[in-house]
Amino acid sequence: MQLHRRTVLALALATGLAAPSVAIAQDSDTIKIGVLATLEGAFTVLGEDGLRGAMTAVDENNGEVAGKKIEIVRGSSDASPDSAVQAARKLVEQEGVKVLVGPLSGDEGIAIKEYAKTQPDVTFLNGTSAAQDTTLREPAENFFRFSTDGAQWMAGLGEYAFNEKGYRNVATVAEDYSFPYTQVFGFMAEFCKEGGKVPSKSWVPIGNKDYSSVIATIPADVDAIYVALGGADAVNFLSQYQQAGGTAPLIGGSITVDQTVLTSKGRIHDILIGTPSAGPIADSLDTPAWNAFVEDYKKQDGAFPSPSLFAHGYYVNMKALLAALEEVNGDVSDGGEKLRAALSDLTVDTPTGEVSVDDNRNAIANIYITEVAEREDGTLYNKLVETVEQVNQTLGIPQDEFMALGQVSRDNPSCE
Amino acid sequence: MTLVATDRTRTPGLLERIGAPHLALGALLLLYPAIASDFFLTQIGGFSLLMGLLGLSLMLLAGYGGMVSLAQITIAGVAAYSVAIFGENNTGVLGLGWPWWLTVPLAVGLAGIVSALIGAISVRTEGIYTIMITLAIATGFYYFTNQNYAIFNGHSGFAGIKAPVFWGINWRDPLPFYYLCLAVAVVCYAAVLYGARSTFGLTLQAVRDNQRRMRAIGYDVTAHKVFAWFLAGIIAGLAGVLLVWFNGRVSPGTVSVQAAISVLVIAVVGGLRHPIGPFLGALIYVMLEVFAIDLVGAERFNTLIGLVFLLIVFVSPDGILGLLRQIGPGLADKPLRPDD
Repeated sequence: MQLHRRTVLALALATGLAAPSVAIAQDSDTIKIGVLATLEGAFTVLGEDGLRGAMTAVDENNGEVAGKKIEIVRGSSDASPDSAVQAARKLVEQEGVKVLVGPLSGDEGIAIKEYAKTQPDVTFLNGTSAAQDTTLREPAENFFRFSTDGAQWMAGLGEYAFNEKGYRNVATVAEDYSFPYTQVFGFMAEFCKEGGKVPSKSWVPIGNKDYSSVIATIPADVDAIYVALGGADAVNFLSQYQQAGGTAPLIGGSITVDQTVLTSKGRIHDILIGTPSAGPIADSLDTPAWNAFVEDYKKQDGAFPSPSLFAHGYYVNMKALLAALEEVNGDVSDGGEKLRAALSDLTVDTPTGEVSVDDNRNAIANIYITEVAEREDGTLYNKLVETVEQVNQTLGIPQDEFMALGQVSRDNPSCE
Repeated sequence: MTLVATDRTRTPGLLERIGAPHLALGALLLLYPAIASDFFLTQIGGFSLLMGLLGLSLMLLAGYGGMVSLAQITIAGVAAYSVAIFGENNTGVLGLGWPWWLTVPLAVGLAGIVSALIGAISVRTEGIYTIMITLAIATGFYYFTNQNYAIFNGHSGFAGIKAPVFWGINWRDPLPFYYLCLAVAVVCYAAVLYGARSTFGLTLQAVRDNQRRMRAIGYDVTAHKVFAWFLAGIIAGLAGVLLVWFNGRVSPGTVSVQAAISVLVIAVVGGLRHPIGPFLGALIYVMLEVFAIDLVGAERFNTLIGLVFLLIVFVSPDGILGLLRQIGPGLADKPLRPDD
């Protein structure tokens, strides 16, 4: 009796396990697109906004492409590379998607690129992950990035800080992983070329709470501090720096002076005004295409007053994917070869200008230099100062010269 | 509770000793690839088995030794990082390129030693203090790997770690990997079952139940506990090797505090009274992790996971095993106490 009962239980368990694998069949009238975003952990809010951006592009297409219905399958990571690969594996190997948009964060992008190499029949488009090496070194043939990388986002800022602001000595404080390395690299590449010096670089772990030792190591005579910290880290650092009596003006990384920081209360508000930064979007960009995008974006559930750069990045990549799918008539039955050829030749009209990709399948796009300004109602926003047209991945430096600068890391570049 | 069969006139045969339920379960697991897709073989089957192994190493400590540890993922991480550092990786940091038959025993051995050291530090404490010490060690190891660049390559960790290819088989292919996980799991499971009924296992359980009395009788309580840590470390180390082959990479995210808590959740949800518990817990955990997002959408799936776990622990403090016992008395009790 006992054996019987147990066997039945085991059988029930086994059939329950096997059932889902049998039930999946692809409908030929739909196209399945996987979207991978961080819906857990510290970057959840950013991931949700990325998802909104992707859905904005899908909704603009009325949920259809090449006469077929779009089915979005979502995958979630917690910003760790392991979880990103596991989520991608599920989308590709279980759900059977042939095209995938994502991920969000730097190291995730590098991990997904490695995974892409093992799935040559699947086409991957980046979300917003912005580490340089995702596309610059040992790229994957089937990984495209229509959003730019973190060094490109800094285009023009080094020059602006040196020439317009007159800074000569700048210390940097940034989080300790591939995306901030890329940002600091992008800033310093220009700033050092102009003749600027960077006497100290501080790397802090994500989620650091106590910055006293970091603040102590910043030389007293610097003209400004370049800060590439995200969300709560930026707020913590800025308020502690100010409490410690620091007075040096700031230069912001692309995600340092976004709305999560600009809306924080207290004296930070006054300090932030005038902080220059650069990135793929600017709050006060006033073109018809941008305004139309903002209107479409706001139709999404829980949308912010203005799309974040995460919504923008996912939007641009999804838009490029849909345009290419339209071109090949939704046909990915050849292992996506035609689709990838279409993507390589594509020029997309985005809210932030034309975007195309280079030989490494990395975007060439406009970058915006901004400064934090105050609206009449006292809220802060990033005011557009200057547009840097069509920045490529080597920041205008010839490829071999740029590669000679070496791989981005904590120590590279250096100009003390 | 002894190992010796009640019928002393004959020794039971091997099949009889293994028992019908185990044979049925074993047959099922062996035949599982016949009905499962590649994804279900690795992401569900293989991953559940290796997470179950991690849970098993905790079950050994907590169930038989009364020591709840949050550091099992750290020990697995030691093995995983060892494979990356002594073997091959494509990160450009270390990667000494030793062959797998050297790195694997080394990794597992290191895991055992590290585990014994953690044990040596924590066995003189009890209950919540053990949990706190092991949590501190797990957290410390996480931040250390995160910030050490010379050995652990910081936040990015190591990528491009390949499972070995020998006998003409790539052991990361779905079918071989599943059977590899299954084989390791079965060996460890059987070893724990056997060990629990051995003299050492019985002494350990007696230490759990009344430490002072055991000490008074003359047993070296500390040595028993540290040895239990060493054995648990071997199991966690094996799981760590499988984990790094499974992911092809290891980074601080692998050994984060959240991962440490996952192992505890797996063991508690499954049940700590029998070695099969962690495997049941792992299966439920992995299924929920993978499919919750399809059931409730992207916004609330972590809530669903939490609610299911709460429900299980609320209905049955003994986890799934306790639940099974409530459904059918004797269902889960039997293998634990073979001659009650």
